[in-house]
Amino acid sequence: MMDAVPSLLVELRRVSKHFGDGAARVDALREIDLAVAPGELIGLVGPSGSGKSTLLNVIGCIVEPSDGSMRLDGDQVYDGGWLRGDLRRLRLDKIGFIFQWHNLLPFLNAIDNVAVVLDLVGVERGEAHRRATELLDYLDIGNRRDAMPATLSGGEAQRVAIARALANEPRIILADEPTAALDSQRAAIVMDLLHKVARERQAAIIVVTHDEKVFDRFDRIVRLRDGRLEDEVRPAAPSSGGLL
Amino acid sequence: MNLAVRDLWHNFSRFLLTCIGLGLLLGVVQSMVGIYRGIVVEGATMARAAGADLWVVEAGSRGPFAASSRIPGDTREAVARIHGVEAAGSLTYQSVEGLHAGREIRLYLVGYELGRPGGPSAIAAGRNIARSHYEVVLDRRAGVGVGERIKLGRNYFTVVGLTEKLVSSGGDPAAFVTLLDSQELQFELAPPAARRELARGPGTATTDTVNAVVARVRAGVPADLVAATVRRWKHLAALTEAEQESVLTRSVVERAARQIGLFTVILMLVSTVVISLIVYTMTLDKRREIATLKLIGAPDRRIVGMIIQQALAMGLIGLFFGMVMVNLIVDFFPRRVVLLLPDGLVLAGIVVVVCLLASTISVRYALKIDPATALAG
Repeated sequence: MMDAVPSLLVELRRVSKHFGDGAARVDALREIDLAVAPGELIGLVGPSGSGKSTLLNVIGCIVEPSDGSMRLDGDQVYDGGWLRGDLRRLRLDKIGFIFQWHNLLPFLNAIDNVAVVLDLVGVERGEAHRRATELLDYLDIGNRRDAMPATLSGGEAQRVAIARALANEPRIILADEPTAALDSQRAAIVMDLLHKVARERQAAIIVVTHDEKVFDRFDRIVRLRDGRLEDEVRPAAPSSGGLL
Repeated sequence: MNLAVRDLWHNFSRFLLTCIGLGLLLGVVQSMVGIYRGIVVEGATMARAAGADLWVVEAGSRGPFAASSRIPGDTREAVARIHGVEAAGSLTYQSVEGLHAGREIRLYLVGYELGRPGGPSAIAAGRNIARSHYEVVLDRRAGVGVGERIKLGRNYFTVVGLTEKLVSSGGDPAAFVTLLDSQELQFELAPPAARRELARGPGTATTDTVNAVVARVRAGVPADLVAATVRRWKHLAALTEAEQESVLTRSVVERAARQIGLFTVILMLVSTVVISLIVYTMTLDKRREIATLKLIGAPDRRIVGMIIQQALAMGLIGLFFGMVMVNLIVDFFPRRVVLLLPDGLVLAGIVVVVCLLASTISVRYALKIDPATALAG
């Protein structure tokens, strides 16, 4: 059951991240302000080294910011320091991850790759399988529920990975180049699915991508350069590419 | 959902081969323990076979198994007359080489007096010695059947009976002959040497010596009391059955036990290193999966549990394979291998500890894996 959805699911205020000190200091993120509303599909773009992955890791509570404040799904999680002790539990409860390489566990079949997330939060096996089946059906991959990851095509595996990211009904989904390993047709299908998930589940989805062919699927495209949020674009029509 | 089992099942053939390899190693460890137990049993077998309550030997000696002992042949009569002694018998012990069908067989020869204590405790096939000369009761390990003949010294002996699992602490099969035959074997000379001795003229040397006299005491009479009486004769020493077994354990078996114990420890260390390397390699192979699990929120205990469960599964299944293997080949060992359930349980306990120790490096590695690794391309 979904709780009341806050007006913003991701709120970053003047978030900075630097690595090293003195002459070796590298400013990966500089005073980033970012807000993502429920149902929004955001594209995070920028050249290599611009800070996209660092920003995704910060929002995913994998990397601790150096400064600023961050609120996720209505909870203040960072304000000059982590405010939550168990970040892994925070990720489990609030954030779903989709990877460039689907990262499915090779020793579990499709349904168990989805159910494992529910298992981690203590959902009983039968119920976990029922919910996993529902998700796989929702993403039109239910017919491959018993297939092992090695036997899935790239597009199928990525759909299973999306199902896994949705399993625990997170309100925030972070995707790191989810279409990079797919051909354009399958990339379009995956982006359509993310779009559908954002709309129907009122999730905030942030996608790091270099794939210009999918830019038209985003509600907003945020461009980073040298750790700074350079500008934001709202694609008006499909195939608006050329941002990079 | 048990991730450890699912992962092992996914790589079942590799896991099975690993377990079989580990099983061979742990099987050797079990064999070593079994060989040690066998030495202990075999070491005490000859002493127990005599069925004696008391061993009378040369003063200052702990013979006849742990040290040399030579006492006059008439000692038996003196011992038999002591109050509380029910029966006594003279015994000789010597290692000899017999010849059968062109094959040399090393034997542990026991000379005993017919109808007195010290003979074979149980006959598995054939009969006991009935004639005073040239009959022998052999242990099956010698590989000679009843009715066959074996050459001992310069004479042929007929095998009239067989014993089961009666061997010396060195593993040589026992051979029982009459006391007179054993003394003849001990003291007879080759013809040239005999002619030379004859030319020297009669001496004072006697061949009526034995290595020990064994005695059975009457019911209700403490063996210690009889032993104390024997010890009053300054030329004799007496050991009770318990003392004899203790001497055997300490003198004959202890060194072998230390040797085997050290070897077993080395093998367990090797097993630890092998399990560590296998578990570590398996963990390295799962680096991305572990990072993914961490990223999606799996707690450390789940990841640690997966590694430890896999190490334990490998160790215990390997131990099972080892046990099956050793039990299948136990009869082919040239020496007795005694496999005891308590030893197996202790080994299982050690394997559990070894697996836990072997997992520590992998667990430390897994805990250090950065969840962000899962995001790397």
